[in-house]
Amino acid sequence: MLQQIEGSAAVAETVATCRPEVIAAYPITPQTHIVEGLGDMVKRGLIGNCQFLNVESEFGAMSVCIGASAAGARAYTATSSQGMLFMMEAVYNASGMGLPIVMTVGNRAIGPPLNIWNDWSDSMAARDAAWIQLFVEDNQQAADVHVQAFRLAEAVSLPVMVCMDGFILTHAYTRVDLPEQADVDRFLPSFQPRQALDPAVPITMGAMVGPEAFAEVRFLAHYKQLEALDLIPQHAAEFREVFGRDSGGLLKSFEAEDKKTVVVTMGSVIGTLKSVLADMRDGGASIGALTIRSYRPFPREQLRAALAGADRVIVFEKSLAVGIGGILAADVRVALANPAIPVYSVIGGLGGRPITGENLRRMLEKGERDELEEPHFHDLNVEVVRRELERLREIGRPGASAENILRDIGVVSASKAF
Amino acid sequence: MFQIRIHGRGGQGVVTAAEMLSIAAFEEGKHAQAIPSFGSERMGAPVVAYVRIDDEPIELTEPVMRPDLLIIQDATLFHAVDVFAGLADEGFVLINSARELPELHIDDALAKLPEHHVCTVAATELALRHIGRATPNTALLGALTALTEVLHLDSVITAVNHKFSGEVAERNIAVARAAHDDAHAA
Repeated sequence: MLQQIEGSAAVAETVATCRPEVIAAYPITPQTHIVEGLGDMVKRGLIGNCQFLNVESEFGAMSVCIGASAAGARAYTATSSQGMLFMMEAVYNASGMGLPIVMTVGNRAIGPPLNIWNDWSDSMAARDAAWIQLFVEDNQQAADVHVQAFRLAEAVSLPVMVCMDGFILTHAYTRVDLPEQADVDRFLPSFQPRQALDPAVPITMGAMVGPEAFAEVRFLAHYKQLEALDLIPQHAAEFREVFGRDSGGLLKSFEAEDKKTVVVTMGSVIGTLKSVLADMRDGGASIGALTIRSYRPFPREQLRAALAGADRVIVFEKSLAVGIGGILAADVRVALANPAIPVYSVIGGLGGRPITGENLRRMLEKGERDELEEPHFHDLNVEVVRRELERLREIGRPGASAENILRDIGVVSASKAF
Repeated sequence: MFQIRIHGRGGQGVVTAAEMLSIAAFEEGKHAQAIPSFGSERMGAPVVAYVRIDDEPIELTEPVMRPDLLIIQDATLFHAVDVFAGLADEGFVLINSARELPELHIDDALAKLPEHHVCTVAATELALRHIGRATPNTALLGALTALTEVLHLDSVITAVNHKFSGEVAERNIAVARAAHDDAHAA
């Protein structure tokens, strides 16, 4: 049904149609509206056989999901930022035990400095936790991909994160065609676990595995993710048949074919990027874009094929591996496996810095001239950084850079600088 | 595409106003998007929200840089934030103030705009009278439908009914109507 609806509410409504049986939640901005919405629906009896548990922490939320999923229930939670870090041990447990939990990540920066706004630091911190990670570009996809996430998780026996940009998507009101219950029921069968905890028939789950078999268990996690590379496009095709919409898949081309410059990115920035690229093409530029929708598993072959004809690749990402550069860029280089095609790493939108068509275009034109340094920090206020470096040199001992920079740009006028 | 930027302070319903505008546009069969730009979530802090309305699907997610309409929910912001940044030459400005325009000392910023594109309405006073709370947002939405033709008052009323119910909805609708009439008279 078409609705003008907040992204978080669209996700809550859609998760409800997936017939979750256990939802455990702890609030953290910007995902809070999702679990508030679900809590409200459970309380009003709108989600059949479902228990909503208010837990004491994110660690508790994931632990409840693990217990529920092990007992054979379809389990769901959502988190962001520091909440993801706090649940991290349990995040690894969920995937290590092969439990098909679905979790929405309202992508938000990790502090300090404290920051509630969007970047991908949180899901990137869980990049190697063996969860499948699907990134969405708008709120229609945010809704649709959740339906596919439950199907995929249960098909490969791995948990799935659906990653949506915090605020930009979670808090945006847009038109969304909410998945209808009957269609979801057609697409998503009920959860049939291979084994479930049952006091009458005790079993061990999560056994200790020594050096004789640990590598094999880890290999199987990798193998299952590679299986997902086949299933994700199959599910997207089936989804299109049932719902009549193109959502999900491994990656998506936005006129990337036969272009000299191809921009690779994930998430919502493609919305603004599309219009920039169209303008640039109108001006004669040979430029297109690819979005990666499945970040884990990473579609190496598909990406390599899609980029094979490019002269250069510009990877735009809202994540930074401090000390080396772009995280997505490194994966793209591995996939491309062709040193003849330069891959420029551009890091932007950190901590919610607005990404505008204007500043994207400036960066892309620099990229087309092969003038981007490695890595390139998009829209960085170089003068502010230079002044702080100077201060640090003068003082010669560690200082509070975050506070100094706020004072420098006039946000905090009263704080004292050291 | 018609782009709106709403400036206000935390607690004035800036984000709710943007959401209601997007619902009103949806009611008219248009595509619309409302994106809040939250600062620290506290009372009194400057808050901005963006709305885009179009006949085509909207893909941009950047902040509204070139607004066709500015809604200023708090006139003290003129001294704190560059509210007029990027305002279109043919743009509209709607200001919550009980004062006359010349008393606001913003003539320079408005000089380029066509006649009848600027309007002040005493939205806070109207809200206090009708709702009993200093939330000027629904009053301003009512006034907006008098200032521009981008949305109809009826759709704004439908949107108010989406967001609120019962007596709260009724009072918000009353204040939207009152502000619409005041803005017409101005």
